Amino acid sequence: MATEVETPPAAPAGGAGPPRASASRPRASRWARFGRDRFLLLLGLPGLLVVLLFNYVPLLGNVIAFKDYQPYIGIYDSPWVGFRNFDVIINGDPAFVNALTNTLVISFVQIVVVFPVPIALALVLNSLLSERVKRVVQSILYLPHFMSWVVVVAIFQHMLGNAGLLNNFLRAHDWATVSIFGNPDMFLTLITSQVIWKDAGWGTIIFLAALSRVDVELYEASAVDGASRLRQLWHVTLPSIRGVIVLLLILKLGDVLTVGFEQIILQQQQVGADASEVLDTYVYFNGVIGGNWGVSAAVGLVKGLVGVVLVLGANKVAHLLGERGVYSK
Amino acid sequence: MVGGAPRPGLPVRGLKGIVLLIACALVILPFLAVVSTSLADQQQVTESGGYVLWPDRPNLDSYRAILSGGVVTRALTVSVGITVVGTLLSLTCVTLLAYSLSRPGSFLHKPVLLTVLFTLFFTPGMIPTYLTVRQLGLLDSYWSLILPTMVGAFQVIIMRAFFQEIPGELIDAARIDGANELQILTRIVLPLSKAVIAVIGLFNAVAYWNAFFNAVLYINDTEKWPLQLVLRTYVVDNAALGVDTADIAGTVMPPAQSLQMAILVISLVPIALVYPFLQRHFAKGMLIGAVKG
Repeated sequence: MATEVETPPAAPAGGAGPPRASASRPRASRWARFGRDRFLLLLGLPGLLVVLLFNYVPLLGNVIAFKDYQPYIGIYDSPWVGFRNFDVIINGDPAFVNALTNTLVISFVQIVVVFPVPIALALVLNSLLSERVKRVVQSILYLPHFMSWVVVVAIFQHMLGNAGLLNNFLRAHDWATVSIFGNPDMFLTLITSQVIWKDAGWGTIIFLAALSRVDVELYEASAVDGASRLRQLWHVTLPSIRGVIVLLLILKLGDVLTVGFEQIILQQQQVGADASEVLDTYVYFNGVIGGNWGVSAAVGLVKGLVGVVLVLGANKVAHLLGERGVYSK
Repeated sequence: MVGGAPRPGLPVRGLKGIVLLIACALVILPFLAVVSTSLADQQQVTESGGYVLWPDRPNLDSYRAILSGGVVTRALTVSVGITVVGTLLSLTCVTLLAYSLSRPGSFLHKPVLLTVLFTLFFTPGMIPTYLTVRQLGLLDSYWSLILPTMVGAFQVIIMRAFFQEIPGELIDAARIDGANELQILTRIVLPLSKAVIAVIGLFNAVAYWNAFFNAVLYINDTEKWPLQLVLRTYVVDNAALGVDTADIAGTVMPPAQSLQMAILVISLVPIALVYPFLQRHFAKGMLIGAVKG
């Protein structure tokens, strides 16, 4: 039996190896198998229907990117317009270009500034000798991940906003106040620090798991060879988690055109579209609010395709560099 | 993990301590300020210029005010309902689908699996999804907050991997004893999979509770708003909250900041309640799907 789609994502820790052959169902004739498995199929049906309805039907709905969609006559009867909806992209409509630029800048900052934070944090946590301290710190640092973006933005606003804790403190001491919210120059810094606050702790999980698999003997051997702790970090620790770092970078790359939608839309009113419009907000305001369905669908479609191409491309590069990547082949 | 490596010098350890202390303080202090402000009285809030790090005379007036049957109370009911119904339905569908995909060689097993896997690579986009929901007549219906995110491919795959770890002999034995698929699932597979079901269920619950953008998209009727939208309007956008003060007549109206912070705290209560359970399972559940090999 071919197994290329079979490989489960992973064996759970301490798992019992590959699924037993006896759990699989032997090949029989198509009809015999249908008769035998029809109840099994029936069990999966509700879930499958939801997947089809909310993933595949909208996928087909992307045809409106090639149509002049008019809500009252429906998708089917709306006239075809070829690639006209893609004009904003091809001709570089200023609003679109602004959204694209902001998206790329934010993405770039997230890869360069946000991405390394959990790695650094995991390295510090991993080097702690006391398991108890480690547990407590982890519990605290994971917590913000479970807050909604509304909560995170609200908390930031009430700490750093114009009437917030920080500025009240500054005013009370007759120091100059700082304008952080609604300040276009600060927007990038603000959203970056929010992302770090919310998810840096959570991001350590995966690196800690990778670090826990580093062979202790490697440290001993390098210590015998006289490597300082810094050199051990460089020559033993980091190479050992390189695979995971590459994997996460690839996945991140697939999201370069998707940056914190909820986070941004929550703060866009205060700061204005110039600094904060990204592709997702552009699609939302242009399409759902503005009724430019075709154009927005075209932008969304291109965005999705670019994401897929980037992940597949990055994965290819990773393979060329000898890494496993997201999937191996 | 440092094994045979020499213990680092004091400066290094001190630096690590400081880094972790600052990191923890950055998380804890805001929460402390939020909770304290929600409990503080008018006098202290005025004196401190709005926000309080520690309440001198803690009281529950702001909670009484927002839970006395107004906008917040209604939104709270909506959010609880969506979370409970959504989580139960989602768990049911995901479990059943994962189970039916966990038996290699069964009829249509591979095409169905590919159908599910494909959704990981290409998400359909906001506009077509919105139009689908509208076409289904779900705008302004609570179902629009539940159905679109009900079955996540990633969850199906994690759960399927878990089910496949269950020894096939067990399942074969049950079949020989005459158990049908549903009996095998409920009597053998599910009891052995409590951990993964807990993880997926809790993650779903948190996701439904926190869901914000779907409500922005699909719910125009403010009467049907879940808590996150109320939070946005009254806390992030600072709209004045009309609170029915009849119930707390005779008391001074709680300060606006306290009311806002009380809404914030209420939206955090369920998370705080499930967090200890999440803590126990999630790292394991996460890693099953994330780290390979």
